[in-house]
Amino acid sequence: MLRYVLRRLLATIPTLFLIIAISFFLMHVAPGGPFDLEKPLPPEIKANLLRVYNLDQPVWKQFLLYLNSLLHGDFGPSYVLMNFSVNELFQIGLKVSVPLGLSAFFLSLFAGGTLGIIAALGQNGKSDFAVIGLATAGSTIPTYVTAPIIQLVFGLWLKWLPVGGWNDGAIVNLIGPVIVLALPYMAVVARLMRGSMIEALHAHHIRTVRSMGLSDYSIVIRHALRSALLPVLSYAGPAAAGLVTGSLIVETIFGIPGIGRYFIDSALNRDYTVVMGTVVVLALFTIIFNLIVDLLYAWVDPRVRYD
Amino acid sequence: MRHFSLKSLLAGAALVALTATGAIAETVWNRGANGDVQSLDPHKTSTVEEFNIINDLFSGLMTTDAAGNAMPGAATEYKVSADGKVWTFNLRADGMWSDGTPVTAEDFVYSMRRLVTPETGAEYAYLANPILNAEDIIAGKKKPEELGVKAVDAKTFEVTLKAATPYFLELLTHQAMFPVQKANVEKFGNDFVKPGNLVSNGPFILTENVPNDHIKAVKNPKFYDAATVKLDAVNFIPTEDRAAGVKRYKAGEVDSMNDFPTEQLADLRKELGDQIHEAPQLGTYYYIFKFKKAPWDNIKLRNAISMVIDREYIAEKAWAGSMMPAYSLVPPGLAGYTSRMADFAKMDQLDREDAAKKVFSELGISPEKPMKLEIRYNTAEGHKNTAVAVQDMLKPFGFDVSLVTTDGKTHYSYLEEKGDFDLARAGWIADYKDPGTFLDLGHTGFGNNYGEWSNAEFDKLTDAAAVEPDPAKRMQLLSDAEAILVAEQSIMPLLYYANHNIVSPKLKGFVDNVMDKHPSRFISKE
Repeated sequence: MLRYVLRRLLATIPTLFLIIAISFFLMHVAPGGPFDLEKPLPPEIKANLLRVYNLDQPVWKQFLLYLNSLLHGDFGPSYVLMNFSVNELFQIGLKVSVPLGLSAFFLSLFAGGTLGIIAALGQNGKSDFAVIGLATAGSTIPTYVTAPIIQLVFGLWLKWLPVGGWNDGAIVNLIGPVIVLALPYMAVVARLMRGSMIEALHAHHIRTVRSMGLSDYSIVIRHALRSALLPVLSYAGPAAAGLVTGSLIVETIFGIPGIGRYFIDSALNRDYTVVMGTVVVLALFTIIFNLIVDLLYAWVDPRVRYD
Repeated sequence: MRHFSLKSLLAGAALVALTATGAIAETVWNRGANGDVQSLDPHKTSTVEEFNIINDLFSGLMTTDAAGNAMPGAATEYKVSADGKVWTFNLRADGMWSDGTPVTAEDFVYSMRRLVTPETGAEYAYLANPILNAEDIIAGKKKPEELGVKAVDAKTFEVTLKAATPYFLELLTHQAMFPVQKANVEKFGNDFVKPGNLVSNGPFILTENVPNDHIKAVKNPKFYDAATVKLDAVNFIPTEDRAAGVKRYKAGEVDSMNDFPTEQLADLRKELGDQIHEAPQLGTYYYIFKFKKAPWDNIKLRNAISMVIDREYIAEKAWAGSMMPAYSLVPPGLAGYTSRMADFAKMDQLDREDAAKKVFSELGISPEKPMKLEIRYNTAEGHKNTAVAVQDMLKPFGFDVSLVTTDGKTHYSYLEEKGDFDLARAGWIADYKDPGTFLDLGHTGFGNNYGEWSNAEFDKLTDAAAVEPDPAKRMQLLSDAEAILVAEQSIMPLLYYANHNIVSPKLKGFVDNVMDKHPSRFISKE
C-alpha cells in the first residue's frame, strides 16, 4: 500500500513537468503580453518593463529561469497584481477556496447521494421523477443564473444572507456561494447514485438479504451502498479538484477573494506567472484527489488491492 | 478553573461589546469599485480607479480637490521662471510622513528619479517627459541623477523642464508624480507597499489589503490637514460584477459604486433617482482607418463613411444612453480650449447620408458592387453592439462589413504591431486635463497612431504647441490641429465617455467631475 502511494507520488514528477512545459510554451504562443494595454506604453517604457521581468529573454531561457525559481518554491511575481507574489496570491486565495470548495463538495456528495438513493428506492415513482427533474435543472441552470437569484431572494428580499463579500469567512457569507457551487455537482452525484443504486439493488446478494426480510434502510446502508458508491467515487476526484480551485463566476458575483478568478483573468491579462500558478495548483489537486479516490476504492471494494 | 473561565468569558463579552460600540462610532465609507488595483506603489499605477485609492494615501506637490481640480498639496506655493521652464516649490513646514518624519525636498528628488529609472519598471514614467532629461533616462541614455530636479534646501524643491509646460501643475496631481519615502522603499524593497510597512503622507494610512476583497485605510493623524478629514476609515471594495455591485449597494453593503451596468440605466434612474450620478468624462471612443492602405487614404471616402454612422443611435441603442455622440476628438469642457467638430456635425443624419451617397456612387460603391470592409474590436458587449450597428448602417450603401473580435490583449498588441485592418476600435481617457493628450493620437510616428495617419500641417501645429510658452496661444495651435484631424476623419470620433456613480444620500461632499476623481478627505457620512 505504502509502496503504491510512493510510486504514484513519484510518477507525479514527470507528469507535472510535462504539464508545466506544455502550458508554458502554449501560453507564450498567445499574442500580446502583460504590458500590451488599452493605453499603449511608449516603446522605451515597454522595453524597460520587459527587462525588469526577464520577458525580453528568449522563451526557452524564460522557461529555464521559471523552472529554476519553481525548484526554489518561488512562483514569481504577478505582473498585474504587483503588490503580491504568486505565492502570496495563492496563499490568500486558497484559504478561501479550499474551505469553500470542500464545503460545497461534501454538501454535493451528501445531498446528491441522499437524493440519488431516494430516487432509486422509488424507481419510476413520484420521488424518482422529482429527483431527476431537480437534477436536470441543477445541471442545466448555469451558476451565473443561480448566483444572482440567490443574491436577490435571500440577500435583497428576505435579507437572510449578505448579498456578497467574504467577511473573513463568516458562515452567513459562505452559505450562498456554497449552495451555488454545490448545485451542479449535487445534480451529477444524484444521477450517478440513482443509477448505481438501482443496479446494486438488483444484485444477487441484495436479493438474498431482501429475502431475509431486512428493512430498506439496512439493505441500502449496510449492503448496497458500498458497491453503489464506486461510480460516485470516480467522479468525486476531479469534482473535488474542480471545487477547491474555485469558480470565476461564483467569486466574481459574490465578491469572494478565492483563486478561481485567476484561471480566467490571468490568461486574459497574460499574467504569465499566475497562469502557470493556476496550472500547477490544478494539476496538483487533480493528482492528489485522484490518488485519494484510488485508495478509497480499495476500502470500498474489497476486490481492489494495491500490493 | 471554572471560575476563571467564566471570568474570561465575561471579559471577552465585554471586549466584544466594546469593539461593537466602537465600530458603530467609527465613520467608514465602504467604496465599491469595479476592479482591483494593479499596485499601491504610486509609480507603478496608471488608472483613475487606482488614483482614488493612492491619492487617499499620498499627497503630491499638487493634490486634487473635491471637484477634481488641482490644488496645493505637499507644497504651499510655487514660482515659475519667466521662460516657464524652472518651477520652484515651497514645501509645507508641517508636512510629515505617517511615521512622524518631515517630508523634504529630497523625498521628491528621490521619487521623481525613481519614477524614470528603467529598473523601476514604471508604466507611467512618460508622464515625467516634460522634465529635463527624463526621456533620455527612461531610454537608458542618461543617468537618473541627471533628471532636472533639485533640493535647494530641505523645504525647497526645484524642477527644470525641457520646455514651458502649461499643464505641469495638472500633471503633478497624477499619482505617478507622488512622493514615496526613500527610507521606507530601501528598507522593504518591493514590499514597502504592504500594510504595516507603508509610510505615506496623505490623509489616510493603509491598514489592510486583501486582493479582490478589500483595501482598508484609516485616518492619518499626522496629515497636515487631518483636522478637516471627517471619515475615520475608507474601505475600497472591488466588485467586478457590476450587477452584483448594484445589489450590494441596495443591501447597504457598500455606500457607493463607481460604475453600474449601463443597460440597467433607465431602470436605475427610475428606482434610485438622484442617487444615480451621470457626468461627462474626459474620454473619447473612436474608430481608426488604416490610413496607410488604399482605399482608406481617400479623405472623401473616409468622410462619407463617417457621415453615415449615426452616432445618436449608437449612443442611445448600443450604449443605452450611457455614452454621448462625439464629433470632436477632444471632449468639450476643457477650460481655455475650443473643441473642433467635424463640419458634417451641423447637418442632420438624412442630409449626411445623401451627401455620402454621392461620394459612394462617384467611387463606384453600391449594393450591387459592394466593397469589403473589416472592423476589428476587443471583445465586450458595448463594442460588439457598436460594431454591429455600424455594420447595419453601412450595408445599404454597398459595404460588405465583416467583424473580427479578439480579447483586449490580442487586439491592442495587434494594433501596436501595426497589423492590417480597415477599421479598428480604440478609446482614450485622459490622464490629466489637457487637449494635448488626445491630439498626440494623431501625430506621425507616435505609438498610439495605429492607423499611421500622417499630416504635415497637423504635426507642425502640435509640435509648435509643445514648445509654446503662452497658454492661450498653445490652446489655439492645438485647436487648429484638431480642426485638421476631424476634417480628415482618419481618426473617427464616435462617442464621449461618461462617468456613472451610485452615491448613497448618506454621503456628503461627492462632486461629479470629468476626471471621476473623488478624494475621500472631502467626504463625510451621516
